[in-house]
Order: sequence, then structure tokens, then C-alpha cells
Amino acid sequence: MASVALRDLYLRMVRIRLVEEKIAELYPEQQMRCPVHLSVGQEAVAVGACAALEPEDYAVSTHRSHAHYLAKGGNLKAMLAELYGRVTGCCGGKGGSMHLIDRSVGFLGAVPIVGSTIPIGVGVAFGTILRKEHHVTIVFLGDGATEEGVFHEAVNFAVLKRLPVVFVCENNFFSVYSALDVRQPPLRDIHVLARGYGLDSHLGDGNDVEVVYAMTNVAVEKARAGGGPTFLEFKTYRWREHCGPHYDNHVGYRSEQEFEEWKARCPITSLKQRLLQRGQATQQDLNGIEAGLAEEVEAAVAFAKASPFPEPELLQDHLYAP
Amino acid sequence: MTRDLKFFQAINEATDLCLARDPSVYLMGLHVPADPKGVFGTVLGLSKKYGPERVMDMPTSENGMTGVAIGSALVGMRPIMVHQRIEFALLAVEQIINQAANWHYMFGGQAAMPLVIRMIIGRGWGQGPQHSQSLQALFAHVPGLKVVMPATPHDAKGLLIAAVEDNNPVIYLEHRWLHNVFGPVPEGRYTVPIGKARTARKGMDVTIVATSYMVLESLRAADLLARDGIEAEVVDVRSLRPLDKVQIFESIRKTGRLVVVDGAWRSLGFAAEVLALAAEQIYGILKAPPARVTFPDLPSPSTPALAQHFYPRAVHVVNGVRTMMGLPEVTEEQLGIQHETPLDVPDKAFTGPF
Repeated sequence: MASVALRDLYLRMVRIRLVEEKIAELYPEQQMRCPVHLSVGQEAVAVGACAALEPEDYAVSTHRSHAHYLAKGGNLKAMLAELYGRVTGCCGGKGGSMHLIDRSVGFLGAVPIVGSTIPIGVGVAFGTILRKEHHVTIVFLGDGATEEGVFHEAVNFAVLKRLPVVFVCENNFFSVYSALDVRQPPLRDIHVLARGYGLDSHLGDGNDVEVVYAMTNVAVEKARAGGGPTFLEFKTYRWREHCGPHYDNHVGYRSEQEFEEWKARCPITSLKQRLLQRGQATQQDLNGIEAGLAEEVEAAVAFAKASPFPEPELLQDHLYAP
Repeated sequence: MTRDLKFFQAINEATDLCLARDPSVYLMGLHVPADPKGVFGTVLGLSKKYGPERVMDMPTSENGMTGVAIGSALVGMRPIMVHQRIEFALLAVEQIINQAANWHYMFGGQAAMPLVIRMIIGRGWGQGPQHSQSLQALFAHVPGLKVVMPATPHDAKGLLIAAVEDNNPVIYLEHRWLHNVFGPVPEGRYTVPIGKARTARKGMDVTIVATSYMVLESLRAADLLARDGIEAEVVDVRSLRPLDKVQIFESIRKTGRLVVVDGAWRSLGFAAEVLALAAEQIYGILKAPPARVTFPDLPSPSTPALAQHFYPRAVHVVNGVRTMMGLPEVTEEQLGIQHETPLDVPDKAFTGPF
């Protein structure tokens, strides 16, 4: 089992929170000219799950992928430059926020079509088996993706071939504005549905990074040992709007009260209290590190803003691989 | 050494060769190892030779399994996927068009997508509208995909090897009626470059640009036209994307006349595209308005009574050319065409039901 100090998990979450809050702050400047899907409030799943992976393991993700990309070790400067459409971006500006990749750390791609990377992630795992490599692949998905046909197709194949995949489902209860109860019948949990395919399937608190980390670790270890796939459902909550920098409780698809209840369960605040109570960190220590992280984020923003846009000739580039 | 093989044997040989040469190549498709007929013979014997891990059946999950193929390609595999009918590939259009076609470009050139998807098109034996569509225009419309349509056993082998060795998603469309066509095929590895057309017959009077099986009907038409002193040049495009505009234009410059023969719908399709290119780029040299010989814009009917009026054949190509030359249309009787087989089968050996 990989061992990561709780303090590190906390700081990784803080870093992601700072990045996303900074994106939300700067977005109204109209310089990031692509949709952004923020996962403020959901950081524990990304950080806890990726902490269970080795750098050479793989992950694929969705439209809400900033946290997954960063948690897997993706380059922050390249991510922000990508949001700013710069040539220094992780896709040279051609992807934007919804298409992130950092192959150097095994983050193989994120796409905005719901569910589409699920079979691709399973295929990555299948490819590693065919090549007799021993990597584990995490497939990040949302609750909405479990309604797509490819989810069922991909899970079936992963079980059939006992592939080293961990499906990490962030159940934040919403597909854009559609709540879970208009999309799925009551009293049928997603992880129970997944269990029907014959794979280990568990539910955990997605706002508790310790829980996410521990459960993912078990799944990753099992996958690495040839034990096949696992499905993990983590309940968590999206604080901000589906797409964009704002809060959107006023539009009426969810109640202010529900939002406040979840916000009171902030994965970062609660972990910080635990760290301080257990004496694993001091307020002073954390303050210093958080200031450093904020500086890193500022520097990355500055890098992105100072980077050049791609030259017009690059429009033609990369149609086909050589 | 070159010897005569059937089209399906050429595909089989190309696949065998690719599997033998490169351990990252694998073949996947519904019934691929299980079908006793070996997908029209194209995969016969391969699972026995390479085992079920490299020549594999799959769940009935076209979209999901295309994603699996894509994912495996991202970590270095070179999958070949087979669909017994192009219609089943439509279940995978999301993965093909959204994902495979865009992946390299949208990730800034960081990931190659060496993926081949074989789709079988074409008519026969009352296949009706969901087993006979020729959707080359749908796939060829999409940047990032390559689309090839071999018409000869030689090209079937060479284009398949080229497709497998290509680092991009290639849609390989094979017409059901070509599978039993005989022709010279060299032994060993060779490639037919994707994006290069072939002059199937030389001529001075009219350029017939044709795809896939319609190359054969166009060649028959050219023979019939020659009896009346009209020499047609037949250009077998072989690749719809990238398209060899240079060779097509060269031929039209020589003949001044253009007929496009495509076994697919008329409107907004490949034939329309070639006419548009000619209109845009070499308008002044055309001696007559260009013409299209295609399916009518209708779903294909199952009954042979209607199908004979749906699928164009040599006589329709002849009349396309004659009309352009200001000559009256002729009938099959006038041309002396006698069909040795019913119009709904490709050859004498074919007795249905598939």
C-alpha cells in the first residue's frame, strides 16, 4: 500500500482549491475563452484516489478534470496556459479546459462527452495487459456517466477480462441541472448497480480524503495483484455551477439549505481540523505552506498570461500523426 | 511473386502478415473467431494461428469496444476492429468521430491513434436498408479520419497493411460484392499508399471517377462505351480521405469530361464532393456539365423487384456518359448485356442467405 502523509493529502487538496478559486476569480476577465467546470468541494476524491497510484499508473477523466489532472501530477503551468489558449498549454491551446493531458505522469486525457473515457480507460488497462505491463488505470466518472451505455459496456468488459481498473465515480448528484432523482430510481445506489456486473463495488464518503485514499488503495492493490476491477462510488457535492465560475443556487434546481449542509462538510476544512487536533500539523506550518502554494498559483497564472498564442500555421498541424 | 487471389484472401493474408510482423497488432470483432465462415473468409484460420488474445471475439458493445480499442492504442497497441456490416459501426460513431478522429489534434499532437476499423458495405440478397448502406461520405466528412475503399485484391491487401501501419484511425470499407473477385496479389509485405488514386483504365474522352465496387461496373461500362468509340478513363480513387485531387484533376484536364460513380447516395456525398472540387478548381476546362451516377436518395428496398432499380450498374454509367456526350440513352438489350446471374447476387457461387 502506498503511504502518503495525511498532511500531504491536505496540501494537495488546498493546492487544487487555490487553483480553482483563482480560475473562478480570473474567469470574468474574459481571457480564459473556454468553458470551465470547477470541482470546488470535490477535491477529496481526486486527491485521495490519485494518491493511491504510482506515477507510471494511468488515469482518464471527464469535463470536470482539473482536480484529477493536478492530483495525478499534471503540470499546473501547462494546465493554466491551456485554459488561456496559449501555445505552452498542455494541448498547445487546442484542447482548452475540457481536454487535458499530461502523458509524462500517466494522465492520458479528459474529454467532455459524458462517459466516453470510460471504455477508453478500460482499453488502456486492456492494452497494458496485452503488453504485459503492470500498471493500474483509474477511470474517473460522474454519476451521470453511469447512465450512458458505454459505462455498462466497459464495466462488463473489464470484469470479463479481469482488467486492472478502478472506476472512481464522483456522485455529486447532478448532471448539469438534472438531479439524480429525475434520472435514476430511488433506493438503487449506483455502486449496487455496478455490483450487478460482478465486480467489487463500494460506497464511501467522498468528502473524506482518508476514506477515499484507503478504499482506492485496496482497489489498486487488488488490481495490481491481478484481482480485477473495482467500482468505488464516492458521494460528494459540486459547490459552484455546472459550467462557469459562479455559485448558482438562485436558479432553482437545488436548495440553498442543501448547499449549505454540504459546504459545512468541506473536505479541506474538516481535514485541517483533524490534522491540528492530532498534532500532525500546526497552524503556523500550514499557513506557511499555503502561502507558498498561493505563490505557485500566481506564478502559473503569470506564466500562462505571458505565454504566446499559437501561430496561425499551427491550425493545420496535428491533423494526422506522422 | 504475384499470383491470383480472391479479395477476401488478400484481406486475410494482409491481416496474417500484420499479426506476424508486429506483436502490437490485434484483431477484434463480434464473431471474429466464432463465425464458421470467418467473416466472409477474411479472418479464417487466424485465431487458430495467433490465439484468442490476438484474434478475439468481443461483447456486443460496439461503442464500448471501440473505446477499448482506442484506449489500447494510447498505450501502444494497434487494433484492427471488424464490423460485419457498416450499420453496426454506427453504434460506435461516438467513439469513432468524437474520440478517435479528434484525439491527435485536440491533444496537440501528443497521442497517435493507430486504429483500423473494417466495415463491410454493399448489397445483396435482400439486405434492405439496415444491412446495405454505404456510408463512406459520413466517415470521409470527418477530419482526422482516413477512409479507404479498395476495389481490387491487390489494393485490398496493400491498403490494409498501410492502414495497420498508419498512426491514425483508418476506416477500411470493403464491399460485400468484392470479396470473391479474383486478381493478382504479390506475396509478402507491400503497401498501397493511402491518399493515392489509381488509373484503372486509360482513356481520352471522359473521366469516370469511381469508388469500390463501382470501379468494376465502371470498367464494364468503359468496355461498352469503347464499342462506340468512346474511350473512358476510369480513376479508382481508393482513398476518399485524403483524396488524390491531383490525379483526378490531371485526368479531367486530359478528357474535359467528368462522371462520378459512387455506390452511395447522391446528395451531399462523395460524388457531390468531386463535382464541387471540379467546379471550384478546374471549371474552365470542362466541356460539359459533370454528372453523378449514384443511388437515388432513398433507403434501399429489400425486394429484388425494386432493388434492380436502386443499385446502378454498367448500363447506368454508360448512359451517364452518353447523356453528357449528347447521345441518346440505351437499354441493356441494345448493349447486348445478358445477366448470367440474378441481379441480387455478386457471382454464381453466391446462393445466399447472407
